[in-house]
Amino acid sequence: MEVALETHNLTVSYNRRPVLWNIDFKIPVGQITGIIGPNGSGKTTLLKAIMGLVKPSSGYCKLFDQDLKQVRERISYVPQRESVDWDFPASVMDIVLMGRYKSSNLFKRINQSDRDIAVEALEKVNMLEFSNRQISQLSGGQQQRVFIARSLAQGADLYIMDEPFVGVDAATEEAILNLLTEMKNQGKTVIVVHHDLQTAKDYFDWIVLLNTRLVAVGPKDDIFREDLLQEAYGGKLNVLSKVGDLIKEKGFSVRERK
Amino acid sequence: MDAFWIILSSSLIAVTCSLLGCYLVLRKMAMIGDAISHAVLPGIVIAYLISGSREALPMLIGAAIIGVFTTVLIELFYKKAKLQIDASIGITFTWLFAIGIILISLFAGQVDLDQDCVLYGEIAYVPLDLWITDAGVNMGPRTVWISASLLILILSFIIIGYKGLFLTTFNEEFAKALGIAVGFWHYSLMSAVSLTTVISFESVGAILVVAFLIVPASAAYLITHKLKEMLILSAIFSVLSSIGGYYLAAYINGSIAGAIASVAGILFLFCWLISMYRKRNNTSRLILNSTS
Amino acid sequence: MNDLLQFLSFSDPNVRFVTIGTMILGATAAMVGSFSFLRKKALVGDAIAHSILPGVCLAFMLSGSKDPLVLIVGAFITGWLSLIIIDGISRTTKLKNDAAIGIVLSVFFGFGILLLTSIQQSGNAAQSGLDKFLFGKAASLTQYDILVFSSIGIVLILVLLLFYKEFKLISFNPDYAKVIGLPVKFLEFILATITVLAVAVGIQAVGVVLMAALLITPASGARFWTHRLGTMIFIAMVFGAISGFFGSFISYVAPSMPTGPWVVMCLSFLTIGSIWFAPKRGMLAKYRVQHQNQQKILKENVLKLFYHIGEKENDFHAERSIEQLLKTRDLRPTELKKGLHLLKSENTVRNKDDKWLITAKGLNEAIRIIRLHRLWEMYLNQRLKLEPDHVHNDAEAIEHIITPEIERQLEKELNYPTKDPHQSIIPYIKE
Repeated sequence: MEVALETHNLTVSYNRRPVLWNIDFKIPVGQITGIIGPNGSGKTTLLKAIMGLVKPSSGYCKLFDQDLKQVRERISYVPQRESVDWDFPASVMDIVLMGRYKSSNLFKRINQSDRDIAVEALEKVNMLEFSNRQISQLSGGQQQRVFIARSLAQGADLYIMDEPFVGVDAATEEAILNLLTEMKNQGKTVIVVHHDLQTAKDYFDWIVLLNTRLVAVGPKDDIFREDLLQEAYGGKLNVLSKVGDLIKEKGFSVRERK
Repeated sequence: MDAFWIILSSSLIAVTCSLLGCYLVLRKMAMIGDAISHAVLPGIVIAYLISGSREALPMLIGAAIIGVFTTVLIELFYKKAKLQIDASIGITFTWLFAIGIILISLFAGQVDLDQDCVLYGEIAYVPLDLWITDAGVNMGPRTVWISASLLILILSFIIIGYKGLFLTTFNEEFAKALGIAVGFWHYSLMSAVSLTTVISFESVGAILVVAFLIVPASAAYLITHKLKEMLILSAIFSVLSSIGGYYLAAYINGSIAGAIASVAGILFLFCWLISMYRKRNNTSRLILNSTS
Repeated sequence: MNDLLQFLSFSDPNVRFVTIGTMILGATAAMVGSFSFLRKKALVGDAIAHSILPGVCLAFMLSGSKDPLVLIVGAFITGWLSLIIIDGISRTTKLKNDAAIGIVLSVFFGFGILLLTSIQQSGNAAQSGLDKFLFGKAASLTQYDILVFSSIGIVLILVLLLFYKEFKLISFNPDYAKVIGLPVKFLEFILATITVLAVAVGIQAVGVVLMAALLITPASGARFWTHRLGTMIFIAMVFGAISGFFGSFISYVAPSMPTGPWVVMCLSFLTIGSIWFAPKRGMLAKYRVQHQNQQKILKENVLKLFYHIGEKENDFHAERSIEQLLKTRDLRPTELKKGLHLLKSENTVRNKDDKWLITAKGLNEAIRIIRLHRLWEMYLNQRLKLEPDHVHNDAEAIEHIITPEIERQLEKELNYPTKDPHQSIIPYIKE
């Protein structure tokens, strides 16, 4: 199988306390993968570690078998909608054009082809008529679609989305789902953090079941088993949380210094 | 003519401040701006002590570095000592400001600065300090030239760095994910803010510069939804405050900088009322729509 | 030096008065500030302080009097007004709290400066002496001033003590306070009023510009000494009082100096000192713990070397050379020697010149660590479903942390295993 994302023994700490323990898995290219788990299971942290936004205490990630730095332009990240201030004075078009920003063109002006790509992306999420609308006047679902359009404008091969289905209307949900399928058909890989177990089975091909540690990973039919779900949603491992507390309290580092 | 020079120089300073202020407000760093403006004081005093004059540009840049150092110190308290952010800010700037005031009172003889100047500057004296070239040509007040150069510098920073500032201000995580050096933009902005407070210091003092930084920018933010409009509006408010402030100060015979801050406050109040009025109208329209 | 002795002798009744007064002001502000600090409203105090300036000026302009009671009324009104406006801006606009604080602080202060300069220009600056509100000048306070301000300070302290439990609750857990039926709004109103008053009296000592420090800095420093609110407030008050004392001393020996900056220097010194040197929570204490952790890890790693060689050669009690020990594990020679000497002082290893052997006590210790290592590997393999070749590195770190309690829990959860994922035996200590 061709691997889009590999994490190798990834341990991530927040405030010195490990919130992800030894995460070790591979995700294939060309599939829609859902990262599923209860609240506080470290799903968002996992995405942030993959995108290099938080530094792991140990382990590493590979994207398309390379370091993030080498493949950055092939990866697109859609942060949680709530992570930004939607009162920011900007229009829908302004935000979508951000998808065309790169560290190499930051001092150059936006050109016509960038604009065309942005328009196309807006069209795909059915938001073209709103392109001059101020973002403070959008509904939650529309905000999410703008974020996805921005991501589409990047023209990436791997899309990593954090909770795109939270707080969106039915129309947006369907629009996003259609997009995901379309992306898959084009051979793109999509990884989605999702907290709702009910809908996960319909949305995704592959599932990563997470609860501070990796519970299971694989094609959805292998994963949706009573015992695995029970394990993921049946609470945290007692010993693991105790050791985590000790690490924080005693100021130990998770990985020995060499 | 004096009135013209004073209004011109205060407008130049106020416009520069408010342009940077827009980014401070949007980045929710208004109080960091406040902290920097206080904390540059010891830098300025030390610069004066070493160079013995007010004009040495390298010294002023040195003073500005202390402003950036403030943000580093705040982060140190916050991240290393795990002190909450508001307390880290409060401790840092009061401490540095106190050092500045103590230095001024210790070296009162050597430093041509006094406590009043620290608080509200001496913008009324602007027309007295003229730039006369070697050939004897009177170029007008020195401050006007300095503040105009500063404005051009900051303006070019904002225009050239527009995309970078826009992106990192709106969504820092996304910027990081794109591989953009977020820290570079943060510290560039902080350097710009401290350079501006250092250069504005003489005219408006270390404290009132906060009003110039934050108030017109906040007022503009309340009545527009576009970043470019916000920048332009805040500049307009700055000029209006400068004009209004000058005449208010003349009328009641008080500090010009204080009067400018007061007028800016009144403008803010207007914008606040406008935004409330619009909001109410919007809500009632929504209710009408849903009932019809 | 003479100044100091004379000051400390308190022979001058005025000195005595001013000193005790400013100490009370410092302690009051520190106490009130502890609550602002805990409620994460440290910078609001800064806004109140700056907003008091126009109030004082207006009170003076309208009444023409410098009576502290009159000035306090003015200060109180604009101080409260600033709170209302900050709250209004953050509630009704898209501006965030920090911008609201910055706007109110700078506009009120600018207006205050405008009034102050206008008063000064009008010629009665000398009589008014209002500029001492900017940076504080303790020594210039009259006995009557001191009497009024300290009485207010003492009343504030008493009110805080009276509502101590309630304020504690609304600071730590406002939702819970609401649920159990406390009048949270009313209590917040009282606390805000106390804060405004404390700031109004505190500026007598430090002035409006640096007043924020008198509220925030003592509480921030005190936080490093204790977890208990009562103790924290007490320490903060002591910091505040010491700084008040220091301020009036400066004011006495250097009359031309403003008091405020020196008070703040003293406070910052105490607080930065606390951040570094406080036991347990201070930075140095944290570094010390880290150093101890590293030593523990080193010692345990060296003991493990003896075990691993012993296990391979089936002889735990033979002498080992440094070279042999180094071969087993990637460890720097200097580190190894340091570890061996640390262990020797604990009687877990012995040596004859360059030959080292493990004692019975040391062997037990080594078995314990190996056991924890292999138990953890087993746990990772069984519960986290990690491949056997992925578990070693993590166990290398966790083996040093696991307590006996967790060890028992691991045994039980893993059903008392005897072998680790690599089929090595999990040893146990023979009695």
